[in-house]
Amino acid sequence: MNKVFKKTRDLVLPGELVVESMDYLPGRNCFREGNGIYSKRLGLVYFKGRVVEVVPLAGPYIPEVGDMVIGEIKEVQYSGWIVDINSPYQAFLPISGIREFVDSLKTDISKIYNTGDVIYGKISVVSALKTIYISMKEPQTRKFSGGRIVEISPVKVPRLIGKGGSMINLIKNKTKCRISVGQNGRIWLQGEKEELAVKAIMMVNEKSHTTGLTEAVERLLDRGE
Amino acid sequence: MKRVDGRKPTEIRPVEMKVGVVKNADGSALVRFGNTEAIAAVYGPKELHPKHLQDNEKAILKCTYMMAPFSTTERNKPGPSRRSIEISKVIKEAIEPALFLEEYPRASIDVYILVTQANAGTRTAGINAASLALADAGIPMRDLVSAIAAGKIEGEYVIDLNGDEEKVTLADIPLAYMPREGKITLLQMDGNLPKEDVKNIIKLAIDTCKKLYEMQKKVLKEKWLKEGVE
Repeated sequence: MNKVFKKTRDLVLPGELVVESMDYLPGRNCFREGNGIYSKRLGLVYFKGRVVEVVPLAGPYIPEVGDMVIGEIKEVQYSGWIVDINSPYQAFLPISGIREFVDSLKTDISKIYNTGDVIYGKISVVSALKTIYISMKEPQTRKFSGGRIVEISPVKVPRLIGKGGSMINLIKNKTKCRISVGQNGRIWLQGEKEELAVKAIMMVNEKSHTTGLTEAVERLLDRGE
Repeated sequence: MKRVDGRKPTEIRPVEMKVGVVKNADGSALVRFGNTEAIAAVYGPKELHPKHLQDNEKAILKCTYMMAPFSTTERNKPGPSRRSIEISKVIKEAIEPALFLEEYPRASIDVYILVTQANAGTRTAGINAASLALADAGIPMRDLVSAIAAGKIEGEYVIDLNGDEEKVTLADIPLAYMPREGKITLLQMDGNLPKEDVKNIIKLAIDTCKKLYEMQKKVLKEKWLKEGVE
């Protein structure tokens, strides 16, 4: 007997029953107990085929391999840098993770990145104990100079990017800003209409789960100021 | 029997619950039972320092129960006391079974509970608030935790004792319960009662916890529905 208690985009609370059936599988942020699949977190339910998933409405950033993140160098060490990535776990950028070869015996690596520098890196390793490594070898990675950084809730980053980058491209086109989005909820931007872009980003952050958001953001951007 | 404040024996005090009251916290809640009021704030999961306290298997739950100096009739000396340290410990143990701590190895989740007004039942109000705040912070949970105290006065079982009743009850039994799981996570008793009475009081408290559970669910949903989740 399949009993489905929720439909897609329904709000669920921790411990709330979503499906009572062995035909479904618990996906992200769900768990099985007996025949039932329950939500682990406060969020919205999504059915992906037979997999039940909950997209959380709140919570911290947990790194995953392949994520692009904006990090701040916290400490320069002998063999690399400790990077704060707005997560419960610190990340480490080893000297082997940067493009050029560096002989750590002969060079002062703080000349490459020093404390306070902000970088756009890619998560390359996440161990079971949540030891995080960053790589700066990929083409998109770089060190930021100038511009500004705003922080939004990490769970709202997918909405800011939009389907196939629709939302972020809209903001980029209308404001002519250069924008880099980190999966960890930090956004770097630079351009003449920074102020307007920040307004649009904060609007997405506050109203991420409402319908008709793209239109509302478009109206805000068209109004300008 | 009529109680000092005119309630029926199985009637709780007027309850008020609010979620998201502390702006700077990751999750927060306020719970009021009559003249007892507790605010809970959750920070984390975040990095745990000092490092030797980190657990490679799971996150550490830190719980701090405090009473505001102005919360009682006689000024309450601020800072940890013998009593508040013990209550912090039992609250921690009451909410820990509801959490999936293994999702955040090496991290810590901090729960601060501040009692701003005390009129009996502060630990149960604290547990209710903490459970709401944890859900609000997006921490993975098996279930919400509800809590209530009960006792026996003049031969009758009474739920949710207030300050005056607490002085005359034969025993004061606070109980925390995970309604969906059907598990008791906190059970204390000061005073003496026969086995039969304790059994009945536990049953009464569990029934009330189920009612509180519905209220907790409602208040959590309302917060997000207000913000436009349909």
